[in-house]
Amino acid sequence: MQITGAEIVVRCLQEEGVEFVFGYPGGAVIEIYDAIFKQSQFRHVLVRHEQAAVHAADAYSRSSDKVGVALVTSGPGATNAVTGIATAYLDSIPLVVLSGQVGTPAIGLDAFQEVDMVGITRPCVKHNFLVKDIAELATTIKKAFYLAKSGRPGPVVVDIPKDITQQLHAFSYPQSMSVRSYVPVTRGHSGQIKKAVNLLAGAQRPLIYIGGGAVQGNAADEVRELVQSLGLPCTNTLMGLGAYPGSDRQCLGMLGMHGTYEANMAMHYCDVLVAVGARFDDRVISVPSHFLSQPKKIIHIDVDPSSIAKRVKVDIPIVGDVKLVLRDMLEQWRQAQLSLDAGALAGWWKQLEVWRSHDCLRFAPSETLIKPQFVMQKLYEVTGGEAIITSDVGQHQMWAAQYYRFDQPRRWINSGGLGTMGFGLPAAMGAQLANPYATVACVTGDASIQMNIQELSTCKQYHIPVKVVNLNNRYLGMVRQWQEMFYGNRYSETYMDALPDFVKLAEAYGHVGMRIEHPGDVEPALREAFAMKERLVFLDVITDQSENVFPMVQNGKGLNQMDLPPHMGDVQDVPFENNRDYGNMC
Amino acid sequence: MRHILSILLENEAGALSRVVGLFSARAYNIDSLTVATTEDPTLSRMTIVTHGSEDVIEQITKQLNKLIEVVKVIDLNESEHIEREMMLIKVRSTGKEREEMKRMADIFRGRIIDVTDKTYTIELTGTSEKLNAFIEAVDRTAILETVRTGASGIGRGERILKI
Repeated sequence: MQITGAEIVVRCLQEEGVEFVFGYPGGAVIEIYDAIFKQSQFRHVLVRHEQAAVHAADAYSRSSDKVGVALVTSGPGATNAVTGIATAYLDSIPLVVLSGQVGTPAIGLDAFQEVDMVGITRPCVKHNFLVKDIAELATTIKKAFYLAKSGRPGPVVVDIPKDITQQLHAFSYPQSMSVRSYVPVTRGHSGQIKKAVNLLAGAQRPLIYIGGGAVQGNAADEVRELVQSLGLPCTNTLMGLGAYPGSDRQCLGMLGMHGTYEANMAMHYCDVLVAVGARFDDRVISVPSHFLSQPKKIIHIDVDPSSIAKRVKVDIPIVGDVKLVLRDMLEQWRQAQLSLDAGALAGWWKQLEVWRSHDCLRFAPSETLIKPQFVMQKLYEVTGGEAIITSDVGQHQMWAAQYYRFDQPRRWINSGGLGTMGFGLPAAMGAQLANPYATVACVTGDASIQMNIQELSTCKQYHIPVKVVNLNNRYLGMVRQWQEMFYGNRYSETYMDALPDFVKLAEAYGHVGMRIEHPGDVEPALREAFAMKERLVFLDVITDQSENVFPMVQNGKGLNQMDLPPHMGDVQDVPFENNRDYGNMC
Repeated sequence: MRHILSILLENEAGALSRVVGLFSARAYNIDSLTVATTEDPTLSRMTIVTHGSEDVIEQITKQLNKLIEVVKVIDLNESEHIEREMMLIKVRSTGKEREEMKRMADIFRGRIIDVTDKTYTIELTGTSEKLNAFIEAVDRTAILETVRTGASGIGRGERILKI
């Protein structure tokens, strides 16, 4: 039996077990929408802007480990999706984005709503396809799902011309897929793993550095076993939060530009570092030469060989699926009956506790002004640390990352790589749909929320009861912080004049809006909001405008040269430059 | 340092642009690039001449391998290899220059493949260095036009790039 290309698309999505398609119709995909109308196996979620469709599909994937699917029309529909695709690419999120294209005879003729989607997205996808023959449609979609999910995951775009969706062809879906030019590595090299465990066994000051790859690779159990069975300290990157429980004593907290004092000092002064699905990016290690100026041996586990030795030369590269590599490491460790130097490890922990004792995330409470950190602490308490938190980009993102202790993976959902403002609200939608019984909150700011605020309408249509916590400081806070610190308080274009009344706006969209202006009201308001399980509640929290995110590693500085919060001003071990001899520190 | 990378890739629309796009997006250098289908019509063979530090070349190789359509990449510099480039060069050849130009072509084992009263077109094959040397050797003002293919490379002996 022959069916249309549009029906083939729908059948492929059904075969893949897709639950939700996030999208927006248009001329080039109208046939596909007609086929969607006639089926009931998966649900379509109509967003209000294509960028939001991709972010929602992205967070659906991040919070569920399934492939996210978005569907957009040609031209502006496709270009609107690009920011979402790039966001997923930078964070290695498996997505299949189906875009409509003008009919094949019209391609290249500057037709109405024509854009070279394959060309535009080429640098920000794992792979992309233009389907030119209906006979290849099903195979191409199968290949897209396979590529998106395997190896280092990423977004795959399938651009489908309108005439292909109208032609007739028999449907047959391949059960398995292999691509001769694409063979991702799974198991790590056992010789390399042997070298790694031996190096680790000789460590005096070991540290496990856990990135987003541990989350995407579902390696949380293995990470925990490695850290706990060996008694090692560890630190999570912004993307790795939750891969090791943030509330556990062996976790030093997040590292990097706004990481904790203890995590950054440990990262700088460790002697054997095990990087698990992390990529030494500029917001984490800052300047590579300074990072390496303190001698250390590095073991780097990553599924993508090109992530290894990109910014930092490593001593033992291990290419493989992090979960499998960690299992093999633990196995080899046990078989060889290795052990760490207990005395050295105890000394290292003593130093780590000294660093931790400075309590770098302490902030001065206020009776009158709401401190954003305080809101995050209360959010953590009120939700029992069990919520899925999505965030936008800026100061609020860093405070959420610092003060919400994620004990499980896939609960912290943010745009770490691309830093996309406007990510938070559509991400919350995707996360809530993937986890209908979970508590989902979007931590945002007055600037970020306005970049996709139209999605409040989508939330209304589909009864998505997320809680929006808007840390409203009437500024583009992170840029303002930089302007205060590095640009002589010249707040160029960072003051958000003429902000809307967010409470009325939320109400206009049919939701509950609450404004919180006094510190004493924060906790009761959060409790009230989270008790409304069926409603979207928009909490407009008016916060202290002058608050800055600390600790901070300035651009060009090293991890041990942090700007620290005021209460740490008299810390004697900062900076460490005059105390380079590690032996004196313990 | 100059490196010659040999790449076997799927002979599909867009594969070339992915390779070229990778070089521009990551700010790598392309000194020359040649590509054509192999004896297996599903595969293309590309030769890219690039330069950079060892770290950069390592990253280029890894990034190329990451492209889905790239089947294999080898750095020919890692062992003995042969490199050839072809140049067609049109030179002015009048009066006493005519004899001189013929002699130069012979010395460089070039072949004159087109002749007019005033010009020769010479076909010259060799390493890129040899072609440069020819250009240096002849009177600059006599050169009317040059066109070069860019280098192609192949491993010596039994070293083979194939799937």
